Amino acid sequence: MAREDTYLKIRGHLAELSDEELEARFWELAQRVVDPMVELARTHTSPSIERSVLMRMGVDSPTCLAVVGECEKRGLLGHGAGHVVLHCATTWDCAAPEAARRLAVGEGWDTVEQKWGGAR
Amino acid sequence: MKPDDTRPEGGAAAGVGLPPLDPDEKLDVEALLRDLEHYRPRRKGWHWREPVPDQRLHKFTYKETSKGLERSIPLPAAHYFGDIDPQPDCVVTTEIASGRFEDDIRRMRMAAWHGADHMMVIRTAGQSHMDGLLEGTPEGVGGIAVTRKQVRATRKALDLIEDEVGRPINFHSYVSGVAGPEMAVMFAEEGVNGAHQDPQYNVLYRNINMYRSFVDAAVAKHVMASVRMAQIDGAHNANATAVEAWNVMPELLVQHAINCRYSVSVGMPAEDICLSTVPPDAAPAPCMRMDLPYAVALRDLFGDYKMRAQENTRYMEADGRDATVSHVMNLMISRLTSADIQSTITPDEGRNVPWHYNNVAAVNTAKQSLIGMDGLREMVKIDREAPELKAKVREIKERTVLFLEAMLEDGGYFAAVEEAYFVDSGIYPETHDDGIARKSDGGVAAGTIVPRAADYLAPVCHHFGENHLPEGYDAEGGEGTPAGLKKPCDLIGGCTLCDAGKVPFIDELDAEDNVNARLAQTKELRERQLIKPEVEWAADGWVVVTLFLPAAPRVAEFAALEFGKAMNLQDCEVINRQVMHPAEGTLIEMKGRLDVVVDPARLVIPPEPVVMKDDEIRAFVAERGLKCVAATVGEDEHSVGMREIIDIKHGGLEKWGFSCEYLGTSVPVEKVLDAAIEHAAQIVLISTIITHGDMHRNNMEKLADLAVEKGVRDKLILISGGTQVTDELARSWGMDAGFGRGTKGINVASFVVETLRERGR
Repeated sequence: MAREDTYLKIRGHLAELSDEELEARFWELAQRVVDPMVELARTHTSPSIERSVLMRMGVDSPTCLAVVGECEKRGLLGHGAGHVVLHCATTWDCAAPEAARRLAVGEGWDTVEQKWGGAR
Repeated sequence: MKPDDTRPEGGAAAGVGLPPLDPDEKLDVEALLRDLEHYRPRRKGWHWREPVPDQRLHKFTYKETSKGLERSIPLPAAHYFGDIDPQPDCVVTTEIASGRFEDDIRRMRMAAWHGADHMMVIRTAGQSHMDGLLEGTPEGVGGIAVTRKQVRATRKALDLIEDEVGRPINFHSYVSGVAGPEMAVMFAEEGVNGAHQDPQYNVLYRNINMYRSFVDAAVAKHVMASVRMAQIDGAHNANATAVEAWNVMPELLVQHAINCRYSVSVGMPAEDICLSTVPPDAAPAPCMRMDLPYAVALRDLFGDYKMRAQENTRYMEADGRDATVSHVMNLMISRLTSADIQSTITPDEGRNVPWHYNNVAAVNTAKQSLIGMDGLREMVKIDREAPELKAKVREIKERTVLFLEAMLEDGGYFAAVEEAYFVDSGIYPETHDDGIARKSDGGVAAGTIVPRAADYLAPVCHHFGENHLPEGYDAEGGEGTPAGLKKPCDLIGGCTLCDAGKVPFIDELDAEDNVNARLAQTKELRERQLIKPEVEWAADGWVVVTLFLPAAPRVAEFAALEFGKAMNLQDCEVINRQVMHPAEGTLIEMKGRLDVVVDPARLVIPPEPVVMKDDEIRAFVAERGLKCVAATVGEDEHSVGMREIIDIKHGGLEKWGFSCEYLGTSVPVEKVLDAAIEHAAQIVLISTIITHGDMHRNNMEKLADLAVEKGVRDKLILISGGTQVTDELARSWGMDAGFGRGTKGINVASFVVETLRERGR
């Protein structure tokens, strides 16, 4: 909805603030705006985040896409795709990229199911 | 890895596996692509220029310059000032977007030689909506597909280029879109030095789901911070988008604040965070008076952060002159306030994707303006007490605080975006109800974020957020892991951020759309070193023709296309049209493709005339008291050409101290020689036009013969000039030299000094 410029009407509470106080208020408000978003980020993950974890584990991008896609389908993203690959690599006694490669071609998901249950 | 800690000492091109660049040789793209799978970046993190306070160069002291370059091309007027090329204190950006990285890197080399040390690579259209990374080297539209291979090849080229110019070069692209965290990891692994990262950009301009954007951004920023990449935000897009850009100032401050506080809250140091800020207005608005209070308010509030001053694009038209003037005014704002990174926009961006030489033009506009205004701030200060400025600065800050208060009252950022708070063309609290609204459950990749479970685990370093690592592990990891604690990646024997050897490399996924196929098309030209005009890509053939046509604009435009056909140009298109007068005429700039190749091996190129240094000529002339007599001979009333050669104000012989006696026009040859003898001149200059009756030839021969008759030929240098005179003909008719069209005083002066030296006088 369009609104006329009410600046002069609503600025009353700011008029008495010094420049320093105004600037401090600006930063305090900005922090209050971002705090809940930072908390959202701290407690959530996403397909891209999980692929970025697998990348850091030395997995190439097409393999990241395949493994995270399957984790997403199976409702496992919340445990961490890196966690899934780590679990398989430990169980199979191989390097993480090798475990990811096997998972990407559809092998070994039973190992995953044994730990976190079947596909949802 | 700490910033800059791996730059090798000494040995040029160390760590690249290639010989250093030779300034006389083209960059060998094929060699660059060889062995790419083993290349690793030799340093990470951003490089700021090294300031040199009170730097002495030539006869001047500079207040705002940095360490100079080993190799560069100075501004055009530098030869008057000892060929110096002072480098401003701030990093200078150029933006490159041709879609073919193999051509982009050649342009980067050119831009670096003119002073750019921040290469910003634009991404291909649509990449921000791709959920995942691309690989290989597909051709892009309006930018490259940012892939590991393209990034790696570019960084490798920049290693060579920075060694050639003698200053580290920052490489930059985008950590935005749906694949932000992956892009950040790839950039961190590949030594990309800076990136745009601002989740608000995703939300507002790419319609990517807002929750996804912010959740992804936290991880991306945290990874960027781990290698000290510089971050640039996306706030300036609001004034490139809003209908009345000058009204979005309060909102811009809010956008900057959100990205800054969000970034710091997820672990990015404030000093690595750069605000992308653009003076919002352009003439004919009284733009500087409108933009300055905003620039001041911004710098007041964001003193802990860096300023990346961008140039205005909102009001850019096809006229390069108009764009350049706007940008110079923008640069003045930078100099009167501050800029840590000075970005540049090419003057052709209003008409097409930037062309090679326009990147150089924009870099030079910045360098010229910043150096020209060096230290100006010490004399010309912003009057903080000027009533209009003071009131405006305060008002902008208050409006910004009111904006933030209302956002919080309405439920925070996400709610505010749903209610179209942003990119509204009203000046807050005024709204025009034309802002961008997005749904929190809508947009690309909506519904894709997932809560982290109680056993969520990511066995890698520099991961943001909850991470349920076993006991004894440090959550952050990396090099800074406290003694006694393990790194998260110890669980897998090391991650790519700790061990570069673990980074995988994919070469090409597409057998046809790749750099090898593109290079094959221009292979013959490269191997035979054939020349074809280009503006973006090797051998693209584009040329520009400027025409003034005495016709009304629309008629002129269609007439121009006919001229283009007559010039054998293909795909002609008018790229700029400027009315000189509705009826009297129109200036047209037209591009067209010229499908012609020149083989330099078959060119006959005469040796370049020797041109001496001013001081050298001046000393020689003074020592010998050189005199010349000059005249236009025969029945010829032209004096312009001769004046150009002798007058001091045209850069003629008088400039170096020659004493010149100009006898006038239509002077008989006998009289010229008598005057030379009378004045004891060493040089005789005659100007002549070429006539059907061989008058020119007769005059030259007569002058030479008379000089022999009178026994003075050896004492004189006889020179003739004229638009159609050639050196070869003049010499065959008894002269010592002939000078044709385009001759400058310096050519004649150099010849005289050379000749007298040869004669041992």
